[in-house]
Amino acid sequence: MSETNHVSTSKLHGLWALTNRELKKWYKAPVVFFLTLVQPIIWLTLLGNALNLGSLVSAETITFPPELAAQFTPTQLGALSQFFQGLSSQVMGSTFGTTSYISFMAVGMMAFTALFTTMFSGMSVVWDRRLGFLNKVLSTPVSRAVIILSKVFSATLRSMFQALIILIIAIPLGFQFGVNFTPLNIIGVFAMLFLICVGLSSLFIAINIRSTRIETPMAVMNLLNLPLTFASSAFFPIEKMPAWLQAVANANPMSYTIDGMRQLLIFNTDWTKLAFDFVYVGIFAFVLTTAGIVLSWRFLNK
Amino acid sequence: MSEEIIKAEGLTKIFNGNLVAVDHINFSVKAGEVFGFLGPNGAGKTTTINMLITVLKPTEGTAYILGNDISKQNTEVRNVIGVVPQEYTADEDLTGYENIILCADLYGIPRNVSKKRALELLQLVELIEFKDKRVQTYSGGMRRRLELACGLINRPKLLFLDEPTLGLDVQTRAATWNYVRMLKKEYGMTLFLTTHYLEEADALCDRIAIIDHGKIVVIGTPEELKNSLGGDIITLSIKQNVDITNLVKKIEHVKEVKKENDSYIIKTGNGEVTAPLIIEALRKEGYVVTKLSLTKPTLNEVYLHYTGKSMRDAADESAESVMARRIAMGRARH
Ligand SMILES: Nc1ncnc2c1ncn2[C@@H]1O[C@H](COP(=O)(O)OP(=O)(O)OP(=O)(O)O)[C@@H](O)[C@H]1O
Ligand SMILES: [Mg+2]
Repeated sequence: MSETNHVSTSKLHGLWALTNRELKKWYKAPVVFFLTLVQPIIWLTLLGNALNLGSLVSAETITFPPELAAQFTPTQLGALSQFFQGLSSQVMGSTFGTTSYISFMAVGMMAFTALFTTMFSGMSVVWDRRLGFLNKVLSTPVSRAVIILSKVFSATLRSMFQALIILIIAIPLGFQFGVNFTPLNIIGVFAMLFLICVGLSSLFIAINIRSTRIETPMAVMNLLNLPLTFASSAFFPIEKMPAWLQAVANANPMSYTIDGMRQLLIFNTDWTKLAFDFVYVGIFAFVLTTAGIVLSWRFLNK
Repeated sequence: MSEEIIKAEGLTKIFNGNLVAVDHINFSVKAGEVFGFLGPNGAGKTTTINMLITVLKPTEGTAYILGNDISKQNTEVRNVIGVVPQEYTADEDLTGYENIILCADLYGIPRNVSKKRALELLQLVELIEFKDKRVQTYSGGMRRRLELACGLINRPKLLFLDEPTLGLDVQTRAATWNYVRMLKKEYGMTLFLTTHYLEEADALCDRIAIIDHGKIVVIGTPEELKNSLGGDIITLSIKQNVDITNLVKKIEHVKEVKKENDSYIIKTGNGEVTAPLIIEALRKEGYVVTKLSLTKPTLNEVYLHYTGKSMRDAADESAESVMARRIAMGRARH
């Protein structure tokens, strides 16, 4: 082995190799990949229909009591029925900002799935540590930062892909884009998702890298997921929540992520609100990413 | 060839402020040498390796690898070493080939070079037919060989092998020994290995350090260590229930006599000559020898001598029970 060693020149070398290793586990495993695609379909069709509040008031659900119906001509009845349906969309519109609940919910689903996938992917670091893979990588010239970043990026990429799948599936299911939607807005949506996923996965990896048992991240995930999702605007508008829950939801970065995504996708965009959403999520992501990376770094340099 | 590849100076690791895993050890490894760390479970072998390969920071002291301080010149150290860890670290979901390429990427080796090298190495460790199979489907021996191939991808000057033959069958172990010898002979590589198999240390290592409780108890060539025990050991029992220690001590060539339960452990320079003398002397006094065995020193005795419980706390525990416990401990780890 007389040939000299190839000393790496780039500080970021190995980043793609490590990120791709994680991603391969997912896209190269047909069953896992298939399930990732099927899961959002099930969720969307099930939740979208089960919670389709718009259908509570429709031509079929409106039946007039016979003594009332007797006082009106059929044309008048039709008009009345239409009035109630119109009222229903009006209520939907003022509550959810769109008349299509599935659109409202699909955006919530995109964010929720991204959150879930981020946390789920972040668990792999526990195995890497237990199986000695982490130690092996630590003995190579790859920088510590790259090891952490590769985890963050693979989790983020997976999450963004999942979110994209949901959007694509939601379209044939009746997803309605907002009036001033342009395909460019999609970039904004993914910028938003990128911020929140990078922030959350940095934090989550800092926790996971310290745990030797898979149960720890599972517990953390269970603890965080539910409040992050349901104390947010994912499935229900914040204004209609009880005051104490509103307080939680208003602090929850997921609410701002989701609102930002809705502004871009389905609402009649309120640019001030959107800007605020980005600032809020941006600051949150910055703080978590810095804290997460510093904490992981410190652990790896022990 | 007297260049120092590794030089450890007071290398120490203390976990959680009180567990002294490695305790101020000093040693050096010369170029082209196979250096072995021999010690029981928990002796601190892996911890020492982890410090040398820059995975753990020493609590005190340091070591130099090819002149680079492991605590300061991390990257320089990492570039010249290869590591074959105690665990199977290859990614089960990837193929053997993908795993090696991944290792190559971690060293920043350009693809055109790493592709060629990966195939060469797979050929070397006889995994070429399985290169596109997922590691999940590999046997333990195949996985060890894959680890070896990964450890060689950057053509290291110094290779660390942590218990390279743990859990391997006799054939695969012999094959691994051959790889080690070949790496030393054909590539002039320096190897640092840990083991708790005595035959392995004896067969492979130019020099051995016996480590116990985080301390190096002795360093030397296998020959030196065996000789340090002071010759052969005769173990005998007699029918009568009388202490004959003083009688035996007077016999020619006998260096030391120790009574353990019902038998006497006798150290002597030349067992073949001494044994008949002892039998003769005892018979003259009317004692009947019921059992006698002669052991030439092997690393086994050296190991027991330096790590045995009787040495640790002067408790009177027979060598057999120490050995039995060690075997049980060895099994427990699987
Ligand atoms: N990360 C750690 N945190 C705390 N204690 C540790 C850690 N790693 C090792 N130890 C302790 O340090 C001591 C030495 O462990 P080490 O793994 O170096 O032993 P070893 O000689 O490699 O043993 P084996 O033959 O079982 O591999 C043990 O008592 C072990 O419990
Ligand atoms: Mg060990």
